[in-house]
Amino acid sequence: MTINWFKYASPTSFYGLAGKMIPWFAIPSAILFVVGMYMGFFVAPVDAQQGEFYRIMFIHVPTAILSMFFYLVMAGYAALGLIFNTRLSAMMASAIAPTGALFTLISLWTGALWGKPMWGTWWIWDARMTSQLILLFLYLGFIALHASIDEPRRADRAAALLAIVGSVNVPIIYFSVKWWNTLHQGSTIKFSGTSMQITMQHTLLTMTIACWFYAIAVVLSRVRSIILERERKTDWISELPEMRS
Amino acid sequence: MKPRHKRFAFIAVALAAVGLAVGLVLYALRGNVNLYFTPTQVFDKQVPKGRSFRIGGLVEKGSVKRESDGLTTNFVITDMYKEIPVVYKGILPDLFKEGKGVVAEGKMGAGGVMVAEQVLAKHDENYMPPEAADALKKAKAMEAADALKKGGAANTAETVAIPNNAPVAQ
Repeated sequence: MTINWFKYASPTSFYGLAGKMIPWFAIPSAILFVVGMYMGFFVAPVDAQQGEFYRIMFIHVPTAILSMFFYLVMAGYAALGLIFNTRLSAMMASAIAPTGALFTLISLWTGALWGKPMWGTWWIWDARMTSQLILLFLYLGFIALHASIDEPRRADRAAALLAIVGSVNVPIIYFSVKWWNTLHQGSTIKFSGTSMQITMQHTLLTMTIACWFYAIAVVLSRVRSIILERERKTDWISELPEMRS
Repeated sequence: MKPRHKRFAFIAVALAAVGLAVGLVLYALRGNVNLYFTPTQVFDKQVPKGRSFRIGGLVEKGSVKRESDGLTTNFVITDMYKEIPVVYKGILPDLFKEGKGVVAEGKMGAGGVMVAEQVLAKHDENYMPPEAADALKKAKAMEAADALKKGGAANTAETVAIPNNAPVAQ
């Protein structure tokens, strides 16, 4: 049996599929958020050095990891759009950008809130933080560039190029704590093992999946709006039941 | 070559070129990207003269002395090779502790003492509850005692690695 992948590369068929997929991510995400928050506040033990302050990492780390991951996904869709000239890929890239920017902002914000009591400063221009700030500007730049060009297909191409070039920043963020002296600590979760107590790890994993599913649900919902907006002059849209009423 | 192969090749080449360019720039700037100098680098005179800079390392055990005004603290930053004494007037961050990571910003004063304007604590990447930390400490102490009994080197207790970036002189 062969699956026809190209079927879902068309906005028409993906519109319906995305609508069906949203609850499958939104509902588990809500449940996992509740479980993860409960574990983060009440189940995970206090940290030997940081006391209760460390609990902010249960939102800081997932948003930071996913901000980088979603940038690569966005750049991947942008590249697909450029190479295959598929409309949906570019729409997916546009749909991911605001969520990625939000995650980047949350990671910077929670990091600052944690940094003041722990390090003694809200902000310092070390390699990790500076490169993460650049990631935020890349997301915002992608959105702004796309919005500044009226013709959607040209906007797609210009913004795609920015997204692809900007993906060079992602490995810099990830390895910054390894390559240079930074105030930010090194990676806790490594391929060689994790230097974190097991309940903390489970909480972190729960929150990461919750954020991930939330992002997927929101992106699918956003891409549906983008499809409606861009294809509004086509027949299939005017025949949708939600458009007739 | 089909047009889409051409576009793929174009993107791959562009990405490789940008990556190479950024890599070269960062390589050239590697000294400036680092947040702090290690005490060894200070002794090697790699530090800008007459300007404010940062030193990073561990707070040497037993070196923290608070003066009677309750605000001034003296301590020593070490990278296990060289030491720099620091004097700081102000409130220290919560994570400032002997044997833990620290970054101090200031100018070198008389007698090779850094007069710090800002002291930041550097956290390590280990997260564990207090009981686990105690158990780990006990295990290390026992290990050290065992090593002493066997006539091993006395400095085995000093295996505390500097968090994150080992201070290798560049």
